[in-house]
Amino acid sequence: MKIVVCIKQVPDTKGGVKFNPDGTLDRAGMLAIMNPDDKAGLEAALRIKEETGAEVTVLTMGLPKADDVLREAMAMGADNAILVTDRVLGGADTWATSTTIAGALRNIDYDLIITGRQAIDGDTAQVGPQIAEHLGIPVISYAEAIKVEGDTVVVKRQYEDRYHELKAKMPCLVTALSELNVPRYMTPGGIFDAYDKEVTVWGRADLKDVDDSDLGLKGSPTKIAKASDKVRKGAGEMFVLDTAEDAVAYIMGKLKEKHVI
Amino acid sequence: MDFGLDKKHEMARSLFREFAETEVKPLAQEVDETEEFPMETVKKMAKAGFMGIPVPKEYGGQGCDPLTYIMCVEELSKVCGTTGVIVSAHTSLCIDPILTYGTEEQKQKYVRPLATGEKIGAFALTEPGAGTDAQGAQTKAVLDGDEWVLNGSKCFITNGKVADVYIVIAITSITEDKKGRKKKNFSAFIVDKGAPGFSFGTKEKKMGIRGSSTYELIFEDCRIPKENILGPEGKGFPIAMHTLDGGRIGIAAQALGIAEGALERTIAYTKERKQFGRSIAAQQNTQFKLADMAARIEAAQLLVYKAAVAKATQKVYSVEAAKAKLFAAETAMAVTTEAVQLFGGYGYIREYDVERMMRDAKITEIYEGTSEVQRMVISGALLK
Repeated sequence: MKIVVCIKQVPDTKGGVKFNPDGTLDRAGMLAIMNPDDKAGLEAALRIKEETGAEVTVLTMGLPKADDVLREAMAMGADNAILVTDRVLGGADTWATSTTIAGALRNIDYDLIITGRQAIDGDTAQVGPQIAEHLGIPVISYAEAIKVEGDTVVVKRQYEDRYHELKAKMPCLVTALSELNVPRYMTPGGIFDAYDKEVTVWGRADLKDVDDSDLGLKGSPTKIAKASDKVRKGAGEMFVLDTAEDAVAYIMGKLKEKHVI
Repeated sequence: MDFGLDKKHEMARSLFREFAETEVKPLAQEVDETEEFPMETVKKMAKAGFMGIPVPKEYGGQGCDPLTYIMCVEELSKVCGTTGVIVSAHTSLCIDPILTYGTEEQKQKYVRPLATGEKIGAFALTEPGAGTDAQGAQTKAVLDGDEWVLNGSKCFITNGKVADVYIVIAITSITEDKKGRKKKNFSAFIVDKGAPGFSFGTKEKKMGIRGSSTYELIFEDCRIPKENILGPEGKGFPIAMHTLDGGRIGIAAQALGIAEGALERTIAYTKERKQFGRSIAAQQNTQFKLADMAARIEAAQLLVYKAAVAKATQKVYSVEAAKAKLFAAETAMAVTTEAVQLFGGYGYIREYDVERMMRDAKITEIYEGTSEVQRMVISGALLK
């Protein structure tokens, strides 16, 4: 079995977001990390590898420095890594990105493709499903559990208050939520091995069945007019109380505290 | 000459830092308060491969160099001195001598489970009457048929009760030189927990590194298999001294980490703490002290990393290890004392990490060779 996990190097937004004077993200001023949803997707793939002996390949499109995130993935246990990088691919929106990644994926065998649900720098949740569309394979998004059964994959698809259990024949694409699991740490030996391995580097010429007009800034129908930081909403609180009476008493208390009643 | 780390060492450092911040830091205060050995953390470290970093893969280790291991002890110690010394004693004092002096059978039997963290290691040289003067040790081992019989006791043993494998140094013969002076000949042994006649004495209540399980070991007609002698009979003293050379680099890294952790907290605190209408970081007194702390720490780091590289590239590295331990330990003590001073009254309160760090720092000037012993090693080489 062959699994490809698509990952993205994103700025770490934990310490706040920094912008350049022109409104674009100041990526150099922020630490780069593996996108959390993608990392959970990689962990899911590595667990399938442990069970089935699957081969796990990680793939990213980005600047040459995205090499770091591929090494990290290999230090966690991925077998192979592919970096798709080319100046003509820069400035891509979700359409151009998914076109590029699909073009790269057409070169390799896969049974299962896992992407993160969305990247914390763009938050679109579009790239995963678009890749599946380009490749003509089924997609199951928002996975909170992934299980392989023979030539099918069984996925718990999360909703706000319930989940669907869906079964799809492979090849297919699944988008993973960070809640899927707690990703493992790299190992020190894994890091040393990762730097002894080769990362396959592909450029525009290596993409299969794609038009130049669908790539990079030129091929991006979306134009960002302006980007800015916003005041964050406080995180919600969740309480599980034993009885309805307790819940009512709690809500009444809160409403009184806020002088609503 | 390049003082920068390469990418794999940088990534290893980021791994150790993330682990320390996520898994170790939240428990550091509790470990100190309760004096309980952080077994859950050790299990997590085992899973992440931290219990056998410089051990070749063929023996279940990570196959990394001593520098990577040293950075692990450093990063752990930044948040918890107890966790730092657990890894250091296990790796440097127990695994390293078996790897260096053990037979292939001993390496397969003992190093593999130690390197994977399935078992924990300890090292026993010190005795109530024999600290710096290690030759004063009394514990004896006598060969009886197919077994060595050990009698005596060892004290202040790190990882004391939690360990599964112990390196024990004991007298195996006494010879006389030409002038009729008696000389003790030591040998090193590998002792399993549960060996008949092996028990534990008192648990020490310590000033610092309070979670590290420091115990007295008691051997009363303790019988171990003949093949558990480590290295040649009579060579126990040089084996112990060489083992301590490596151990000192680990303790130097622990001291370095404690100092770095104290500086980090002090920088954050002095920026927030306001007196006379402005942050105390805006006062020149604070600025100069922070500058001195940072300069000393960087000097200590260079010595510690140099010693770690020497361990990988040189056969003998006693002087490098002694210099690193001496300077890093005294830096840890000076920096944490200054940190407490800059925190003022809050620095004296247990709620603030620097109070614990000052207590943890003190032991680095004492164990695995006091600062005075390090000065003897360094000056001995100068005056040779």
